[in-house]
Amino acid sequence: MIAIHQLVKRYKDITALQGVSLEVPPGELFAYLGPNGSGKTTTIRILTGLTRATSGDAYLNGYHFERESLQAKRQVGLVPQVINLDLELTVRENLDIHGRLFRMDAAARREQIAALLAYVDLQDRQDSLVKQLSGGMKRRVMVARALLHKPRILFLDEPTVGLDPSIRRRLWSLLKRIQQDGTTIFLTTHYIEEAEFLADRVAFLDQGHIVQLDTPANLRARLGEWAVDEMLEGEMQTRYFAARHQAQEFLAGRSGSFALRRVNLEDAFIALTGKKVAADGSIAGVSGAGQPASPSGAHGGRHH
Amino acid sequence: MRDWFSVYWRELLILRRRLFRQLASMSVAPLLYLLAFGVGMGSNVSVQGRPYLEFLIPGLIAMNSMMQSFAIAIEINVARFYWGIFEEFQAAPISDASYVLGETLAGITRALLSVAIIILIAILAGVQLSYNLFFWSAVLLTSFFFAALAIALAMLVKSHADQALLTSFVITPMAFLSGTFFPLENMPVWLKQFLRLLPLTPATEAIRAAAFGQTPPWRPYVLLTALSAGAFLLAVNFVKKARD
Repeated sequence: MIAIHQLVKRYKDITALQGVSLEVPPGELFAYLGPNGSGKTTTIRILTGLTRATSGDAYLNGYHFERESLQAKRQVGLVPQVINLDLELTVRENLDIHGRLFRMDAAARREQIAALLAYVDLQDRQDSLVKQLSGGMKRRVMVARALLHKPRILFLDEPTVGLDPSIRRRLWSLLKRIQQDGTTIFLTTHYIEEAEFLADRVAFLDQGHIVQLDTPANLRARLGEWAVDEMLEGEMQTRYFAARHQAQEFLAGRSGSFALRRVNLEDAFIALTGKKVAADGSIAGVSGAGQPASPSGAHGGRHH
Repeated sequence: MRDWFSVYWRELLILRRRLFRQLASMSVAPLLYLLAFGVGMGSNVSVQGRPYLEFLIPGLIAMNSMMQSFAIAIEINVARFYWGIFEEFQAAPISDASYVLGETLAGITRALLSVAIIILIAILAGVQLSYNLFFWSAVLLTSFFFAALAIALAMLVKSHADQALLTSFVITPMAFLSGTFFPLENMPVWLKQFLRLLPLTPATEAIRAAAFGQTPPWRPYVLLTALSAGAFLLAVNFVKKARD
């Protein structure tokens, strides 16, 4: 379990985290969602001992992240954003060094390396040099490495950046399986569909603040169930409706280019922050999206 | 104390994979120096009553103890800024001192390999020197100091370019001016005084005296031990600060 209280990180000229508090119960898959620069990576870096917090507290499985840092680190596995494997070493050597760093004895290392390579489906590549592996395989080696010392909590920082869609889905299945095996998972992502598909709960982070924290279903439900996208004077406008027939009624008397679809987490994110996350994690302001067109709103939503 | 060994072990695995390339590149510079200054200048030249080659080899050994152990700064830099591997150590439950010790030993190992190559070349060139306990302890202390210094500075610099600057402005001048290629006696007094302040000067002095079979003065050993301890503490502190 993870407990964070009023975490602040200030650099010389910017405040990356402005008092973040949250709790992630054991076994939950928690997604930390936000645009680039919102403080996602900073949070993970602080919790895994890579960066020192300016103030605030965090407990990892009950161990304080700074006062008991060595014990806290043993609770945690980390899959960083960049592939930080030794490319000139083999898969097995990379994992073995990790096992040594976590003081696993030779027998435990051997056993866990075999088990985890089977788990991530790379048992036939253990003697390959890492530089010979594909991007997706390297990610899986990183996941295997992070799990080698049997951590209770797994942190993943943008684990699927740069992976093609089929490989991304394969990694999602792997993460679900890891969660089912009892590991708490905390992942950052700017792919909203990733959070929507995987997470039990989602936090929206914006400029170092958590602006919303709930289950994907609850976040969506605030807007309604159906959405109509409309191109108006070159701008995309989205309207939300509680029921499909309401959306259809709205569409009936109109001409133009519309799309009727279910409300997704991205709608909730845009409604909350007035921003849209591009595929590369950069943000763009979205005009007219600041106010969630509430189901009872002006655009013909709910009829009583 | 096995945590430092885990750090050291990684460096050994990488060294093993690159061993041939590494040894080959370590051999080039000393061979060139021997060719240019030793053979090129002629065997008639003598310094302090010895053939120049005999004078030169201990200087090359001192210089390489410094340069090869200091070169781990570049490895650490690449591992930190380019590959992000440094984060694997930061996230591991090991102390900062364990990390520094493991990397320092990696630097010493590189230095010892390069010294072994020079000794081999010297033997092949027919130069007979004494490789006694004084000699090896001076080599070890020199490489310990410069390896620990390299780690400390690698934590401070912000890019590869800074690292290269550091080498050009600090290490290379020291390599040439610390009594490695010529005796300092011939220098003007003020310059001599200044050059004596460079850490490589006493290191060269001790290594050369030991290699000539003389009892080296004790001062370089005390100085290098103190400098090593200081550099080690500095490195541990800077590794800690790298989290800010």
